[in-house]
Amino acid sequence: MVTVDCAINSAALAVRVRKQLPRARSTSFLLDVSFKVLPGITILLGPSGAGKSTVLDCIAGLLRPDAGKISVDGDVLFDSEGGTDRPIQARRIAYVFQSLALFPHMSAEENVAYALHHLPKEERSTRTQEILKAFRVETLRTRKPSEISGGEKQRVALARSLVTQPRVLLLDEPLTGLDAELKAAIVDDLRAWNAARRIPVLYVTHSRDEVDALGERVIAMENGHIVSEGTPHEVLEAPRRKKLAQAAGFENLLEGTVVDLREADGVMRVRLAESVCEIEVPLGYAAVGDRVRLAIRAGDILLATARPQGLSARNVIEGRILTMERRGNLVSARVNCGVIFIVHVTPGAVRTLELAEQSQVWLVLKTHSCYLVAD
Amino acid sequence: MDALLLSLKLALCVSAILLVVGVPLAYWLAQSPWRGKFLLEAIVALPLVLPPTVLGFYLLVAMGPRGPLGKFWQFFFGHGLAFSFEGLVLASVLYSLPFAVQPLLASFEGVDCKLLDASAVLGAGKLRTFFRVILPLSIPGVVTSLVLSFAHTIGEFGVVLMVGGNLPGVTRTVSIDIYDHVQSLEYADANRMALVLLAISFFVLAVVYALNRRVGRRLWSPWTAQ
Repeated sequence: MVTVDCAINSAALAVRVRKQLPRARSTSFLLDVSFKVLPGITILLGPSGAGKSTVLDCIAGLLRPDAGKISVDGDVLFDSEGGTDRPIQARRIAYVFQSLALFPHMSAEENVAYALHHLPKEERSTRTQEILKAFRVETLRTRKPSEISGGEKQRVALARSLVTQPRVLLLDEPLTGLDAELKAAIVDDLRAWNAARRIPVLYVTHSRDEVDALGERVIAMENGHIVSEGTPHEVLEAPRRKKLAQAAGFENLLEGTVVDLREADGVMRVRLAESVCEIEVPLGYAAVGDRVRLAIRAGDILLATARPQGLSARNVIEGRILTMERRGNLVSARVNCGVIFIVHVTPGAVRTLELAEQSQVWLVLKTHSCYLVAD
Repeated sequence: MDALLLSLKLALCVSAILLVVGVPLAYWLAQSPWRGKFLLEAIVALPLVLPPTVLGFYLLVAMGPRGPLGKFWQFFFGHGLAFSFEGLVLASVLYSLPFAVQPLLASFEGVDCKLLDASAVLGAGKLRTFFRVILPLSIPGVVTSLVLSFAHTIGEFGVVLMVGGNLPGVTRTVSIDIYDHVQSLEYADANRMALVLLAISFFVLAVVYALNRRVGRRLWSPWTAQ
């Protein structure tokens, strides 16, 4: 009975969402994504603030996109053009929040049965017991959420959301705070449950560690946009750019080759093209040997007339000033370090440091002033 | 004793009516995105700052034979509203409204909105969410609201005097009875009644603070309300 119902459910979730979100300090944030989630677990990966939860809220119907279309196997849930906006209650989409949001005044059993109130008592009870068993929490039936452990709560929350036989499951970092072993055990049970049903599961996380362990597919998001999509291997290892900085506004655009990845430090070393000059930049989706493009603002580079010591900045590069040109309130210097850097300094600094063409200088660059850009 | 019974009857009626009126009002105030709702909040809170005589005066005018409320009542029930028990109930409901609404509002707003989202995602409409999630989680607020409405109505004086006058068995409540006793220098009688009121007030506040402690946050306290 259950399997038949769910076999019809196996279908893809198609999402196209555009939404302008007000953010603090008057900077607004534009969410603009379009993707498809096939049956099985798909990871939505990205740093906090990338807009992952907003996407889930739009799919569930808790937020209304400005424009776009959301459908499950052709059944349209939202369409800004067609004027469709199915109410949350009618979408048949399961959603497990990061906080889990178990009803604190109800037992585990009552929590799970909450969505089944329209069913006859007997069926309600059968379905509840069945799913509690599938997630190994049948012994906690009568316990309140405050009386069970974190992992057990997560199991009850999963059971509660799946007992409705939803068409799609949305998970918003539901397993944060669990150790890897416990996490894997819960995910195994989720996989087992989904093996027969094959519904699309969209799993949001900001942790790269979870990607390999959980997902069959990965969608990487940043700043409201999708930056890469594919298998975990493709997204994490392939030469894709993590930071999609706009090339406009950067005076220095440099080609380079990745020579070393230091995952633990969150950095990688890049040798700048046709030189021996190496600099440290934030870790991106790149592998050793990949060609990358770096963007650095001329104003983010410091100039010193002696080799600086005791700096937190990781990149100190020796070079010689080629030309200097006054532009209003600043001086633009071209410095040859094997590759040419453009550096902006103040006229005052030029006088104090007695900078002149052919002066020997050292450039100082913070790791995070170096941006990876898309081709 | 008549006065005490009358006070208890009045307080029971008023608390019951305030529960029925206060719950939807507080829910609306907690949920409505309407920008102008602060106006309604201010109106609900008015009795906190208005001298009882001012409230009583306007109510008396409205309830009088030529006032709108008085005419309405006369038309449907065949007797006037001023100086009647019904008039007293109506006046007390308005006077105690903030004491009923504020704890309800505080507990409704205190319910984690993620729980409401979860309820909606699980297919529950607004009504089911209210009765199965919001209300059960707001029981301390409901009790606080009832207890405060009851106590505040028992203790009121100015509004009752203005609207109800002093008719034994009809509108002479405990607080007015005490006043009468003092005026006639019957201190022993006044003291007896005053002790009863003191005991009731203490009991009520003890209940409220015990509830606050159990909930772990302030639903109401005299320091925040006044």
